[in-house]
Amino acid sequence: MKTELFRTCPESGLQFHKPAENLMRIHAVLAVVMLLIGGLSALAVTLTRWPAVHLLPADKFYQLLTFHGVNMLIFWIIFFEIAVLYFCSSTLLKVRLATPRIAWIGFFLMVAGAVVNNLAVFGGNASVMMTSYVPMPANPNFYLGLILFAVGALIGCFVFLGTLVIAKEEKTYEGSIPLVTFGALTACIIAIFTIAMGAVILIPTYMWSMGWISHIDAAMYRLIWWAFGHSSQQINVAAHVSVWYAIAAIVFGAKPLSEKVSRTAFVLYIAFLQLASAHHLLVDPGLSSTWKIFNTSYAMYLAVLASMIHGLTVPGSIEVAQRSKGYTKGLFEWLRKAPWGNPVFSGMFISLIGFGFLGGISGVVMGTEQINIIIHNTIYVPGHFHATVVIGTTLAFMSLTYFLIPVLFRRQVFLPGLAKWQPYIFGISMMVFTLVMMGAGTLGVERRHWDMAFTDAALGFDYPASAYTLMGLVGLSGTAAIVGGAIFVLITVVSVFFGKRVESESNYGTATTRLLKAEPTITPAGGHEAAGKFGFAAPGTFAMAIFFLAVFVVYYAVNWKYLASVWPMS
Amino acid sequence: MNQETTDTKQPERVPIMQRIIDNPFLLLFIGVVVPTVFYVVWGIMELVTIPLAN
Amino acid sequence: MTSIQPPAEAIWWKQPLDRVEGTWIAIALVWSLIMFVMMPVWHIYGKQNLSNEAYRTTASAFQAKTQAMVDQYTVRTMTDQQIPVVKPPPGSDVYLLGRLWQWWPILELEKGQTYRLHISSMDWQHGFSLQPQNINLQVLPGYEMVVTITPDTSGDQTIICNEYCGIGHHTMVGKILVTEGGS
Repeated sequence: MKTELFRTCPESGLQFHKPAENLMRIHAVLAVVMLLIGGLSALAVTLTRWPAVHLLPADKFYQLLTFHGVNMLIFWIIFFEIAVLYFCSSTLLKVRLATPRIAWIGFFLMVAGAVVNNLAVFGGNASVMMTSYVPMPANPNFYLGLILFAVGALIGCFVFLGTLVIAKEEKTYEGSIPLVTFGALTACIIAIFTIAMGAVILIPTYMWSMGWISHIDAAMYRLIWWAFGHSSQQINVAAHVSVWYAIAAIVFGAKPLSEKVSRTAFVLYIAFLQLASAHHLLVDPGLSSTWKIFNTSYAMYLAVLASMIHGLTVPGSIEVAQRSKGYTKGLFEWLRKAPWGNPVFSGMFISLIGFGFLGGISGVVMGTEQINIIIHNTIYVPGHFHATVVIGTTLAFMSLTYFLIPVLFRRQVFLPGLAKWQPYIFGISMMVFTLVMMGAGTLGVERRHWDMAFTDAALGFDYPASAYTLMGLVGLSGTAAIVGGAIFVLITVVSVFFGKRVESESNYGTATTRLLKAEPTITPAGGHEAAGKFGFAAPGTFAMAIFFLAVFVVYYAVNWKYLASVWPMS
Repeated sequence: MNQETTDTKQPERVPIMQRIIDNPFLLLFIGVVVPTVFYVVWGIMELVTIPLAN
Repeated sequence: MTSIQPPAEAIWWKQPLDRVEGTWIAIALVWSLIMFVMMPVWHIYGKQNLSNEAYRTTASAFQAKTQAMVDQYTVRTMTDQQIPVVKPPPGSDVYLLGRLWQWWPILELEKGQTYRLHISSMDWQHGFSLQPQNINLQVLPGYEMVVTITPDTSGDQTIICNEYCGIGHHTMVGKILVTEGGS
């Protein structure tokens, strides 16, 4: 029997398989590289949309906006997600990673794809936005790069599934996989659907761009492309919810309130989350309202239900863990006494709040069939998805990175005093950014638009002064968020490449504790409700959830009211 | 859970829902088939049946 | 066991629900169903709905129909480009085409009257964004979308393109002029 190399991290007790560890490191490093170049282009984009600055000429603006979209929404996030998949399988299940060599092939395909795509965009003849809507043509390498990247990511997904199979066969765990691994499995399944749809649409589009196919139908392209484009962002939702659970466990030793509820919520994601690709097609010609209503609502909002469940159970599990440590005063002592100076926790909690209040509510509202009429393609849309993908996903991944620097990279965090502030600088400026964008969108300001003053247009239009003010705030808060992102990149890069080594011993050997045996939970007499209030195990979290619902209901009603004021249409 | 509650030595039967949730490949099947049927196939059917303009 | 470890119980499915979770799930489910029902309800009682009436067409066929309307109902032209201003009779079919980088022609409608607005693209994808009303529709080449609209405010409305369509995207601006009717 082949001896596999494992090391146990003395601080966290986590066990790393050497080939898996190398793969996690390289994927995380590439992810940060992508975040860096995506962030530089973000600065150019945001300074151009700031009306008083209006930095770039139109062609450069659209080029860098394309570059920003692809690098952030696809490359940064998926590189990091593959690292998360390997961590959640190999490390959490204490098992060797399946076929590390094939995993490396996947990695190199992803790198090649990212390079080919970015070079095409830099060439200047692929400024087609991430969506590359036909029949607007792009350099064929734009599509080819995405296809290569997707194949590489698909390999990563299969390595993850293979690792689950090995762990089960080698019995490295008993019973069911950990909840966090289950969440990663959810992300992996959505990724497989996503990538399959990407292949179905991008391969013909590549052939069309090469002149081998004469025509691609615009409506059909949008239908299939969004099954890829929107689902790819649903991978993130599943991944960052898993990261929330993981951080709750790492920082507080939190256990799920109930395995049944949390896992069922993930199953609702698996079945229904991808249907929301219809959000982008609500004002498209040709699709019926029946199709639109069923799909845009994730089949009766079952995936929204799942998110509302996670939104309760993640902080709920933290509250229960904190209460069992004695923080039982009032509704919120557990939260006040949380480690707000630890960026692993603060980033995760800002991510949770921002994702729920800003990204979640706005997403459901704009995804309502008729309300979409007053929101489609306005700058409200990027306002929404910066709340989900940047505050939700990116900030959650940043928090996890602060944990991984000592544990995975064996380095001390550089400038820990600054790291403490980074989630606040980034998270709060990003919250302002998304809010002012949504405000400008409500006033009709368009997304993906170089000049809201319509210079050189034969016919003009003046937005109200408030729209200009809001777009100025977009520029300001966007710049502040980029500063927060730059601090993260600086800390991460310096820590990983030049940081002081963590001193404790963590040598490689054969696995020692191959069997992770589950211990029975110790529940206080009367169940863990005993530490709570009113028979509720997590009364503070419940109060926050009710507040969330109230905001949700009011904002939803306000938007119907606003819709009712526009011209009647049928 | 306490195994003693069951008198027999047979471990407790795993409920069907838990067995479904514990099966990654069954979940993969669900996660691909549901959106393919409701979103993709249904959507394509609607697009191909759009009538021609006069 | 924590969330990063396997569940403590071999059988976790039968674990009873916490009261906090059970209550929240019930509330969230009710809210989800309310939001779901709101959409069909708005189709019945609301006034802002898309009919989803659409046809397959071609650029030349749609251009011909638009040209016929322009030939029949043009009342004047605007700007140096001599963009026709078309005043079709209330209740009629009106045509608007999007192309790089123009909405054509300019429509003059009467307040309170109903029109069947047909929209299509001659080339790439465009976005019909009526400001300051803030009505936004996707415009695709090869598809003719029909929306029955009733302008209920008078004054000028501007059509902006809000689907990125290349370097001149920001110059793609059109107009719908709404006059007080009844004269």
